[in-house]
Amino acid sequence: GHAPALEEDIALANVALDILGQARGLLTRAGELEGAGRDEDVLAYLREAPDYRNLLLVEQPNGDYGHTMLRQFLFDAWAVELWPALATSSDAVLAGIAGKAAKEAAYHVRHSASWVVRLGDGTEASHRRMQDALDALWPYAGEAFLDDEVDVAAAKSGLVPLPSELLPSYRKRVESVLSEATLPVPPDPWWQRGGRQGRHSEHLTYLLAEMQVVHRAHPGADW
Amino acid sequence: MTVELAWELLADVPDPELPTVSVVDLGIAREVAYDGEHLVVTITPTYSGCPAMREIELDVKARLSERFADVEVRTVLSPPWTTDWITDEGRRKLAGSGIAPPGVRMLPLLVEGRPDACPHCGSSAVEELAGFGSTACKALWRCTSCREPFDYVKAH
Repeated sequence: GHAPALEEDIALANVALDILGQARGLLTRAGELEGAGRDEDVLAYLREAPDYRNLLLVEQPNGDYGHTMLRQFLFDAWAVELWPALATSSDAVLAGIAGKAAKEAAYHVRHSASWVVRLGDGTEASHRRMQDALDALWPYAGEAFLDDEVDVAAAKSGLVPLPSELLPSYRKRVESVLSEATLPVPPDPWWQRGGRQGRHSEHLTYLLAEMQVVHRAHPGADW
Repeated sequence: MTVELAWELLADVPDPELPTVSVVDLGIAREVAYDGEHLVVTITPTYSGCPAMREIELDVKARLSERFADVEVRTVLSPPWTTDWITDEGRRKLAGSGIAPPGVRMLPLLVEGRPDACPHCGSSAVEELAGFGSTACKALWRCTSCREPFDYVKAH
């Protein structure tokens, strides 16, 4: 989304840069563990939507700035719980990536939470738009905490925390920020799910098309 | 050819985005190991997405290759970089070029540090304009005494 001020556009780009760096580390490590010779570029540019395992929340399209910041906050509030837990992973490389990312996520959530509060507890118009954003995005907030059999196996081996274990602290933070933003916390809906199993909304295909087109138009290009 | 020489050369490699300070001043160059033939320099990124990392790696390699035949640059993430590793010399150089060095970082993850003083006039009456600035490692602040905005290396 385009921010209402230049500084905030820059903030979004800076947050995106950190997250891109985190993703590069994760994709590189995933490729090493897979052992099939796929590097970060192959994994980012040459997979199709059903091969992606991202949360549905992050592929939801940009709306107004309030919508964008609320989505960012719902993501950051999860990331700030996830990364410190991954920093003690049995995989030393993953733990290293997470140790760095934890510090970055702490800064991100401070920023996105402050906008949720400022806009939620702002004017009548900004409050209404934050409420609309919350109604639209809330059903996507819970997917990150649903355990499947892969999570259970990975948690047992000490690789990752069990997703559901992060929920109480997440809920506490989100409820506290929403309350300060004068936005009533919605009741738990049926959480939208499927992204982590490769079942995505159509939005992901548009995002991937834009991200992958140059790489695919010039296979093997180097500079 | 010694480890000391390697550190001296590294002290000449500027950070691409903060060219008044070197990779040693910033704590990006972490370790040097030399067994008489093979030189290994370990560097660490400031932020995960720092776009200058590749350039830093190439710059470090080029500078050291002037005196050492066999140079390897390794990137490590752990322990994660912190602004506590910026040297006193680095902090002085930053302030001298109008960039406020990081304030005290409160443990464990609290990132509410603030500049000690305006790098232009020295006043401690400063306020944040934006939490993110011209590079990943900086925020934008301003001085309410001299009214000048300035870059601040975020406590991290």
